[in-house]
Amino acid sequence: MKKQLLAVAIAALACVAAQADTIAKVKSSGVVTMGVRDSSGLSFTLGDGKYAGFHVDVCQRIVANLEKTVGKKLEVKYQSVTSQNRIPLVQNGTVDLECGSTTNNMARQKDVAFVVTTYVEEVRIAAKVASGITSIGQLKDKNVATTTGTTSVQLLRKHERANGVDFKEVFGKDHADSFLLLDSGRADAFVMDASILAANIANAKNPSDYRIVGEVLAVEPIAIMIRKDDPAFKKLADDTVRDMVKAGEMTKLWDKWFLQPIPPKNIKVGLALGDATKAAWANLNDKPAEDYAKK
Amino acid sequence: MTWDWQVFLTDDGSGRTYLEWMMDAWRWTLAVAGSSWLVAMVVGAVVGTLRTLPARPVVSALANAWVELFRNIPLLVQIFLWYFVVPKIFPPFQQVPGFVLVVFGLGFFTSARIAEQFRAGIQALPKGQRYAAMAMGFTTAQSYRYVILPMAFRIILPPLTSESMNLLKNSSVAFAVSIAELTMFAMQVQEETSRGIEVYLAVTGLYALSAFVVNRVFAVIERKMRVPGFIVSAGTGGH
Repeated sequence: MKKQLLAVAIAALACVAAQADTIAKVKSSGVVTMGVRDSSGLSFTLGDGKYAGFHVDVCQRIVANLEKTVGKKLEVKYQSVTSQNRIPLVQNGTVDLECGSTTNNMARQKDVAFVVTTYVEEVRIAAKVASGITSIGQLKDKNVATTTGTTSVQLLRKHERANGVDFKEVFGKDHADSFLLLDSGRADAFVMDASILAANIANAKNPSDYRIVGEVLAVEPIAIMIRKDDPAFKKLADDTVRDMVKAGEMTKLWDKWFLQPIPPKNIKVGLALGDATKAAWANLNDKPAEDYAKK
Repeated sequence: MTWDWQVFLTDDGSGRTYLEWMMDAWRWTLAVAGSSWLVAMVVGAVVGTLRTLPARPVVSALANAWVELFRNIPLLVQIFLWYFVVPKIFPPFQQVPGFVLVVFGLGFFTSARIAEQFRAGIQALPKGQRYAAMAMGFTTAQSYRYVILPMAFRIILPPLTSESMNLLKNSSVAFAVSIAELTMFAMQVQEETSRGIEVYLAVTGLYALSAFVVNRVFAVIERKMRVPGFIVSAGTGGH
């Protein structure tokens, strides 16, 4: 009996592994599941089970091409993911393509694959205009806020060690909380991805009180995540992005999501297209973050 | 799914390994829990006792108010009130370190629950004990000190054990006010290393171990404090 159970377990595992062929899986089930985030700069909820954002739009184009390939209309399901569960959910087949804001790095490439980089995040500093802070050099012995569970925490730690400076780090439990630390004066600066800073400032009571300042502390390639070892689906997704860049649609999407008022509150994020993202579009690739750090 | 436990031996970017960091985080958890436990026990015992004082309606009402205030607001909300709202009203409060805030926040929250247990313990005693103390000519303070509290304390040891273990686990809210304890360690390191399952398993193990030690310590106290033939007869038969 035990041996039979074991055989069933192994067969089940083999099934999971066999599902690496996303196109075949989607063709037989007629359903494609998109992984989305509740509140990220590139993918967020509008409430009522609806999701939108820069990456969600890109994914919808990929799904449209996927429908052409399998030759039938697909039912699109949205699965809300978090930074903790997104990788396991892609691996086990719950999510077919993850359209949140996942950094492409080497550790993750062991478990999943990434479509070519669609967005390059710059880590910057947000400070109150009144504080006069304009660069990271001025943050010595100041309270610097960042969010638990982000790579910015590690970045600050490395920066402290490399330059022998000392920040007093305060950690918010989420981005809204970190911004509250800055707002309430518990922190003098908030170090985070520029898109997140811009979104938080845009939603503040007095957006003009805050500004994004200083040098770019790090860049991270953000990409749509898919299952590993699925070359056919990766090619389909890569080609979709390549065609969108060629047709100038990526620039239009940027304008739509970062420069125009966006739902649900009709607020402008006001984040100009950065050089790093432009470079990534000009030279599409799926290099991990580590390759960016070397430069 | 492959395991990669060696991740704990890698450098976290500041010259220490993740294992060393986790041990630091564990110390923070124990420090927060231990300090809050002291606050909770002292305040809880006092407030719980005040609630049972005969013929002192004002004091009892104040003690009731304390319990209802701290018991009816969710813990995380209380911590945020101390951290963000109180400093808006009293600016000097901003200088109070997060550790002190969370120790008192968690301590006061738990004190309300411990106060209820003390009250229950005291009220569970037969009225005869209080009358006997009065008949001996004890003042109220003396009857509490020599008769009522020693008995009540023994009655409530089991729920007090649970409460102390809860307190240890509740100390995870400290991550919300930027204390580098185990929960924050887990959230941060699973992101940095992408080895979430290993990290959470290790942290779970440390929480379970700590809680179990609390449990054993209380079991010893319970055994040592037992008065044969009274209340906690531990299965050897009652009166």
